[in-house]
Amino acid sequence: MLLVLLAVSFIVYFIFIVIPGGDPAQRIAGKVATQANILAIRKKLGLDQSFIVQWYDLVKALFTAKLVSYSNQTNVVDQIKQGLPATFSLAIGAGIIWFGFGVLVGTISAVTAGRISDRAITALALIGISMPVAWLGLILRFFLAGDGGSGVSWFPDGGYVPLSANPAQWFYHLILPWLTLAVLFIGFYGRVLRSNILDTINEDFVRTAKAKGLSSRRILVKHVLRASLIPIVTLFGLDFASVLGGGAIITETVYNLHGVGWYAAQSIASEDLPPLMGVTLFGAMFIVVFSLLVDIAYAYLDPRIRLS
Amino acid sequence: MATTGQEEFTLDTAAELAAKEGGSQIQGKSPWVLAGRRMRRNYVSLAFLGIFLLIVISCLLAPLYVSQVSHIPQNDVRTGATVVEHGKTVNVISQGGTKIVNGVPQIVFGGVPIGAQWGAAGGKYVLGADELGRDVGTRLLYGGRNSLFIGVTSAAICTTLSVVLALLAGYFGGIVDWIISRFFDLVWAFPVVLLGIALGTALSVNGFHHGPINVSSGSLWIPIGVISFVFIPYIGRPLRGQVLALRNREFIEAATAQGAGPVRIMFSELLPNVASSVLVLFTLIVANSILTEVGLSFLGAGVQLPNPSWGTMIQEGSKLLSTAPQISLFPGIAIALTVLSLNVFGDGLRDALDPRAKIRIEHG
Repeated sequence: MLLVLLAVSFIVYFIFIVIPGGDPAQRIAGKVATQANILAIRKKLGLDQSFIVQWYDLVKALFTAKLVSYSNQTNVVDQIKQGLPATFSLAIGAGIIWFGFGVLVGTISAVTAGRISDRAITALALIGISMPVAWLGLILRFFLAGDGGSGVSWFPDGGYVPLSANPAQWFYHLILPWLTLAVLFIGFYGRVLRSNILDTINEDFVRTAKAKGLSSRRILVKHVLRASLIPIVTLFGLDFASVLGGGAIITETVYNLHGVGWYAAQSIASEDLPPLMGVTLFGAMFIVVFSLLVDIAYAYLDPRIRLS
Repeated sequence: MATTGQEEFTLDTAAELAAKEGGSQIQGKSPWVLAGRRMRRNYVSLAFLGIFLLIVISCLLAPLYVSQVSHIPQNDVRTGATVVEHGKTVNVISQGGTKIVNGVPQIVFGGVPIGAQWGAAGGKYVLGADELGRDVGTRLLYGGRNSLFIGVTSAAICTTLSVVLALLAGYFGGIVDWIISRFFDLVWAFPVVLLGIALGTALSVNGFHHGPINVSSGSLWIPIGVISFVFIPYIGRPLRGQVLALRNREFIEAATAQGAGPVRIMFSELLPNVASSVLVLFTLIVANSILTEVGLSFLGAGVQLPNPSWGTMIQEGSKLLSTAPQISLFPGIAIALTVLSLNVFGDGLRDALDPRAKIRIEHG
């Protein structure tokens, strides 16, 4: 795992230092750099040194929390830490919604396969995964929140209220972002689960359970669903990790939630690379850690994997 | 579209398939002919393919729309212009000032672009104007050209690269497989949008100038390169698995015994056997590349202004949602319709060709 993280950091180094070409110091300093800044960066990153040394220095700067944004001189690691509450709140709430509804929708769809409810769910799921998140967020915010001119203001117009400050407002402010983020995943998980269940229903162990005289509800919940949920758990682990690590950049930007992804989005316009480096590495770290957790959960859920 | 469990499960057992599709009629026909027959009966899928083609053709005809209908080029800024609407002269961007309503003077804020005219202004501003007085209809078509071009090209590059990598990994195995698989794992370890904006921003600083490749910043090839890179493991991983399974089959052994070299085995023995999966994955990757382009452009790390794309249009319109919703609304509808039609068509294609292909995509 450490090896993967090391390789990930090398890719980050490669993306930001090697790919663009030209003078890295000038580029890292961004559009609003001063000459002193450029000189300082050149010295700090040791750009006259070999690339192994440069890479080592970059990783050291990241892990010892010394990476500094060059457009406003703030510490990147501190900024990421500040974004954590908003990002975690978004990820955990949305994760619960999309996992719960994804499983519900997929199960209903599979159980009633071919009937009208299945067709309706399939159509809605397809529409859900086809809408651009940015657009869905903007439209929901415009029609349902604030006083955007639509006359309806059921929800607050973006922003984040810390849980510790006011739990009710925290929840109220997060409803729309949760839904926006969850729609895509509900559609996707529902579709995957539906096809998994339909595959599992034809397995021998389900026929055996039927022959034993178990009720169809018990077969569905204890046998079919348990086997069908395994791939969903993998998906969920990775998607959830991605959102925790700031991957929901668009949702955070649309709803003005000052989380990790929002922080990364802010540095695009100023072409301020250090924050992007920090957030990219941070996000990748979550995925690496969670894929390990997924592997462990997998072995627990599916004895076949443990034995092989 | 909606198949029952039975049908889906038996799709690869020849006997039951034959029974379902008219017994002896299917004997001796190639899988592609059979898939074509299944596809022709799937009217929903075909209808959505039609919608997609219609969108593509409309976007390709954008120059014709400018010369015949709107007479306003895509990047033409007309803040002070006026149009004649039902014989009345109207400002394209409303002027601020005061207005007397029931004898009470009220301040009216300016800067509101004209809304959708449909046919009222003689073909101009059919879908309204944006904050710089540009024609939303024209930009929608040109933006569609960019978005579709990026989507299709990056999906094609991505598919080609991942097919080659998957064939190499699956055929040679050992150290080659290890290196390629670790590469997939590494790219997979980055959240798609995050890696996309990281690459997009790093490249847009001063373009990409290495060796023979010279791409200036602001070029469409930057989002194309970025999107084709981030999706490589999404095709490469499932294909590698399939190739690995095929590698030990008898027909590969037979080919080796005939003296076929690695290249020949990879491209004329293995590739045809995964071609149906590749086609299905390609369709779905086009849909997801379009969505990713929208996300990247929305965040400012994709297509660079003033070039239109559906993503940049949504971003530009987001500030004016309350007064001029048309700027964001129409591109959003266009994207949803395009991606939906590709997804439905891709689903139909998968049902006809390869019921087992699955793909994991995320973009938040």
